[in-house]
Amino acid sequence: MLTEEIVQSIAKLARLRLSEGEATAFGRQLSAVLRSFNEISQVDTAGVEPLVTPSEITPRLRADVVEPAAGAEEIIANAPEKTGRLFKVPPVV
Amino acid sequence: MDLSQSTLVELRDAVRGKQVKAVEIADHFLQRIARIDREFNSFLAINPTVMDEAAKVDAAVASGLDPGPLAGVPIAVKDLLCTKGLATTAASNMLKGFVPPYSATVVERLRAAGAVLLGKTNLDEFAMGSSNETSAFGPCRNPWNRDHVPGGSSGGSAACLAARLAPASIGTDTGGSIRQPASFCGVVGIKPTYGRVSRYGVIAFASSLDQAGPMTQNARDGAVLLEAISGRDDLDATTSDEPVPPWFRKIDSDMSGVRIGILKEAGIGDVDESTAVVFSRAAEAFRKLGARIVNVSVPTLRYAVATYYLIAASEASSNLARYDGVRYGHRAARPTADLDDFYAANRSEGFGLEVKRRIMLGTYALSSGYHDAYYIKASQVRRRMRDEYASAFAACDVILSPVTASPAFKIGARISDPLEMYRNDMFTTSSNLAGLPGISVPGGFAENGLPIGVQLTAKHFDEQSLFNAAAALESALALPKKAPHGV
Repeated sequence: MLTEEIVQSIAKLARLRLSEGEATAFGRQLSAVLRSFNEISQVDTAGVEPLVTPSEITPRLRADVVEPAAGAEEIIANAPEKTGRLFKVPPVV
Repeated sequence: MDLSQSTLVELRDAVRGKQVKAVEIADHFLQRIARIDREFNSFLAINPTVMDEAAKVDAAVASGLDPGPLAGVPIAVKDLLCTKGLATTAASNMLKGFVPPYSATVVERLRAAGAVLLGKTNLDEFAMGSSNETSAFGPCRNPWNRDHVPGGSSGGSAACLAARLAPASIGTDTGGSIRQPASFCGVVGIKPTYGRVSRYGVIAFASSLDQAGPMTQNARDGAVLLEAISGRDDLDATTSDEPVPPWFRKIDSDMSGVRIGILKEAGIGDVDESTAVVFSRAAEAFRKLGARIVNVSVPTLRYAVATYYLIAASEASSNLARYDGVRYGHRAARPTADLDDFYAANRSEGFGLEVKRRIMLGTYALSSGYHDAYYIKASQVRRRMRDEYASAFAACDVILSPVTASPAFKIGARISDPLEMYRNDMFTTSSNLAGLPGISVPGGFAENGLPIGVQLTAKHFDEQSLFNAAAALESALALPKKAPHGV
């Protein structure tokens, strides 16, 4: 069972702020989900290497050559706040 | 020529043969969208330059050039794929108004093959959902019955085909998000082998599971469209060097001697009566065509939903960490106390409930003390599942299974119970975990008139067997050319 305290500590790790209602609902729902998902503990996986990607591709290398990419103007255009060609954020220290 | 009812192949042949102009086709679908899409909400945006793109195709044809295998075909693209200069939202308030400075490789390849970009389709927020109800811009409706969901997450890409608002579309499939809505809307949907199609410019949900793929009116159209978007891309290191075969030209619907596997674990007891009937009829059709029906087993299949959701949520919690409201994305208006508060404010306002729920699940599954029991354990089960599939494919060429346990459900019926919604994906998630290609093909109709598909799965990079079997099944079933009421 995910207590409200555990839910809030996960939210903190995930950089989310949950309202009291959300935290209660998530605690209940995620507890039910995890209770069900615990069924995987029954699978015998002794000595099985985890599979992190289905891809069998060997990594490729390429020459380190400069290629044209989007300009600063196009990238900065999506900034929620900007000053000229700089991203603007609130003071954080 | 009835443009609404034409297939992708018919349209491109007509454009190449100068029987119809690309601008006429584009205009036809734009008018239909303007007239009836408010009933379905399948499009989030129309490409403002679609007519210019079509005119360029016509100019090429007029000067004797071949614009390519998708000549003049308007294609609707899920709003999870970046389109340069055209807003891309992932159906999230987090990315409302985001205009990508580049296009996804899939989008570039569609254009290089002569297609025109019609618009961007609705989806579950960040592709997280099985019903298109988690979209921040309103649910999409199933054209076969507007009280029902079109499926998800590629709901808009499926619904726009059923409503004949586009001849073909692109979806993405992380755990069934192409195949399930294809089944719910009575169209064909293909999830390619992992590594077949570039993920560059596809907004990431779970990187080891995500693949974009075609949604079309039939299997042959799907083969043409998949050929155009497949193949190695230097911008996605997980794409394969495997050559892209001419699937369309090589489609061979002779099923004699083909081994069709039926999964012991995909028991008929799990599905409702109408789905069981459709599934049995498909198996019977293959038998009559001379295929050999063999029983195969993937014992870990019953753990697919748990394994999938633990891995997908873990990857999502990591992938979505990039949305911090600094360089792009939603930023909260209110003043914040410190840096963590700033991030949390932006993210809590920008993300919807289901996205938050999955970030929470994934963060928990990756957190200290739980990482081994959830993420690592699930990844071990994943390898066993992939190995079991390899054994199953030693005994058969294609696996036939249901796509979902029941046809499209009503809007609102499952949205408040996440576990029930997740269980919806019991037949589709295993192919993503194992990286296998799959196709959903229309198989019949339920008593209430809603379409039901069947799923075919093949070995890695054996999409040809899927197209062969799907084309054979389409001819054998010869489903009546029904269209949703009022379409």
